[in-house]
Amino acid sequence: MSRHASGLMAWLIQRASAVYLALLLVYLLIHFTFYAPTDHAALVAWTQHPLINGALLLGIPLLLAHAWVGIRDVLIDYIHSLALRLSLLILCAFLLITTGLWLFKAIITAEFQP
Amino acid sequence: MKSRFFRRSLAARIAAFPPSPRRAPKLMPTRPVFLTLWQIKLPLSGVVSILHRLSGVLMVLALPVAAILLQQALRSPHEFAATAALLTSWTGKLALLLLLWSVLHHLLAGVRHLLLDLDIGLERDIARRSAKLVLIAAPLLAIAVRVAGSIRA
Repeated sequence: MSRHASGLMAWLIQRASAVYLALLLVYLLIHFTFYAPTDHAALVAWTQHPLINGALLLGIPLLLAHAWVGIRDVLIDYIHSLALRLSLLILCAFLLITTGLWLFKAIITAEFQP
Repeated sequence: MKSRFFRRSLAARIAAFPPSPRRAPKLMPTRPVFLTLWQIKLPLSGVVSILHRLSGVLMVLALPVAAILLQQALRSPHEFAATAALLTSWTGKLALLLLLWSVLHHLLAGVRHLLLDLDIGLERDIARRSAKLVLIAAPLLAIAVRVAGSIRA
């Protein structure tokens, strides 16, 4: 059922975002394992680097899209009650949008710190 | 292309347990039918697929918390210290380890699925071996990353 409901576009978004997120994730894992910032100034300086800034900001909408397609597939497959499924889908959508705005705000405001 | 449909139909079949009365054979003994879960043998690829979904759901649930913590850590030196203290507490460490496994399993299984979509590793033997590799490598890597991180700190 989900195969018909999700469509080729969702399938493509899932794969394309997966490739970017995989690369970003490998970088983040290596960075935070071996070069983790030990104080506030180091963390802010890291997010202020133009390349990091761009990579993180681009990562937010891709992460949201990836998470949305994924959680949507899961809810469509396992939650059979229409009312419950719809409620959970709406809850997840709101939660993901809020999360995206929080991440966006955190990275943008860090830019203006001394 | 074929591989994706196979995986999807497998997930759908698992989701369809227990079968609805309409779909079930006519000569079923008594209802309800209890499925003995420990007797159902899911192929390794199926286990990888289910854990891929489970880890994805875990990360979606953790995402808002992670966003709040990032905001907090970026706000001021004082709040950075508070976030660091939270993440190095016992519950914080345990949650991080679970999330690290989720991230690594999702990454490895995701790469495997992408390769399968490109018709790489579709042969039964190779698919089984890559599934086993993902299942074993994810927890080991999670522990290795934690150990490497703690040695430095």
